[in-house]
Amino acid sequence: MSRQPGPVMVASGCGGTGRELAAYADLVGLDFVTRSITLDPRAGGPAPRIAESPSGLVNAIGLQNPGLEHFLATELPWLVRAGAHVFVSIAGGSMGEYADLARRLSRAPGVAGIEINLGAPNQVGEGLFDVREPYHAASVVAAVRREFPADLPVLAKLRPDLTRVVEGARGAVDAGASAVVVGNSIPAAMPDGRPGGLSGPAIGPVSMRCLVEVVSALDNVDVIGAGGVSSVEDARRLLDLGASAVQIGTALLHDPTTVARVRAALTREEDTR
Amino acid sequence: MADEHGPLHVTGEVLATKKVGAYRLLTIAAPGIPQRFRAGNFVAVSVDGGRLARRPLWIHRVKEAGAFGATLDVVVKAVGPGTTWLAQRPVGARLEVTGPLGRPFALPREPVACVLVGDGHSAAPLFPLAERLRQRGCAVTLVVAGPDEAGLLSALEARRSARAVTVITGDGSVGVRGDVGTHIEGVLERADTDVVYAAGPLPMLRAVAAAAERRGSWSQVALETPMPCATGLCQGCPVPVVSQDGVSRLVRGCVDGPVIRGDRVDWEAIR
Repeated sequence: MSRQPGPVMVASGCGGTGRELAAYADLVGLDFVTRSITLDPRAGGPAPRIAESPSGLVNAIGLQNPGLEHFLATELPWLVRAGAHVFVSIAGGSMGEYADLARRLSRAPGVAGIEINLGAPNQVGEGLFDVREPYHAASVVAAVRREFPADLPVLAKLRPDLTRVVEGARGAVDAGASAVVVGNSIPAAMPDGRPGGLSGPAIGPVSMRCLVEVVSALDNVDVIGAGGVSSVEDARRLLDLGASAVQIGTALLHDPTTVARVRAALTREEDTR
Repeated sequence: MADEHGPLHVTGEVLATKKVGAYRLLTIAAPGIPQRFRAGNFVAVSVDGGRLARRPLWIHRVKEAGAFGATLDVVVKAVGPGTTWLAQRPVGARLEVTGPLGRPFALPREPVACVLVGDGHSAAPLFPLAERLRQRGCAVTLVVAGPDEAGLLSALEARRSARAVTVITGDGSVGVRGDVGTHIEGVLERADTDVVYAAGPLPMLRAVAAAAERRGSWSQVALETPMPCATGLCQGCPVPVVSQDGVSRLVRGCVDGPVIRGDRVDWEAIR
């Protein structure tokens, strides 16, 4: 069985291709979740793509990515060579696309695991398979799990929707997810009204509530906390509440050294325990 | 891990603050950054008040100073609460600084005739560029433009940096009246220009790139797109470009730019 990720991971969409982050963090052994990769390239949304809101950022990137082919040929080999533990975030327009992505990734050397993006704030508008119903999300997890080596983790990243998150987590785990990631940007609007997702410290308490609910409802399930983590204290709080690991995203956009600092502090704590 | 040429993230300190026309010039001690600087680089600075996006600032000058080691001068144009806060930083204030960032201006191998066109505060990176070009034996012509006299950056200093200087103001308060678009053809003609460098707002960059193209001169433009992270992590500053094979694609303004060949920018698609 491969190593479980953590205690600190780079959240999807906030680590660039990895090369840019390398100036500010040692990638060796770092759990790096890629931006969401789709089967075909996606150009993403129009500018402006990000707006500031108090203690947060609203983004409408539109899942810009070079598509699986290009990713496998260039970005993945670079990350693997740099020594990162690469978790490939995937998003699909249909159940079949998710299965295809998982099958192709199962043959790609160096992939440490898959993270299924089941919580994009604008899932439907972006042409992704509609997983707002936990039942559909679980079907996606099952489809990915079937195609991906059993000894490699499949993480299910859920939307921080308090009314459905426990049900979503249970469904994902029953369908074979190795762990659930609780937290994602939450549905919001850009200043001109376009759909976007809010992230950053502004959503920290929301993510934490969702984490607490999932941790207390599900026994013996690895729950990875994400959403609004920007300091060692934030990370420690989620770990103390039962998270098996934490993801750091938006904080990296404000201070690209955040992951390195939090990782160093938590690793020291583990060593002295 | 950080290599010796890559950007650094450091806590800097404001050493001096000076009003330059409508702008604010901050001299910052930011250990390690000045030594890595090349003309066209910028720094990203954090602001207060729970504002997470970084504020990109052009590096105007690096100096070998005494007690504080090398320092860098950045230009702040106060346009919103973040940049207004920055412009008000007093001497001694701490700032989170990341840099040097972005692709710098490419320098010609031969001593050719160069025209450098800067509008408003965006003219900042052209001054260190002029210095480098002069060291290489290039004939440097500077065009400094702005809406009015206060909107010109370092027009006086320009005379020290270049063989010829053209000053353009929108209201005609100094130099010739008009905008870059109306005068650029004549300047390029008079200087028998081989290479054009430009920094400023999009319409001006487009006009310069088009004028260069008509003459068959090379152009490089320094784009100012809003950059949420400025480090290449977020994909929030898309710039449409047309590659050599004629295929249009998106690059990131912060790491693939800010300096891009003028004939590569997809001016129709950019916004």
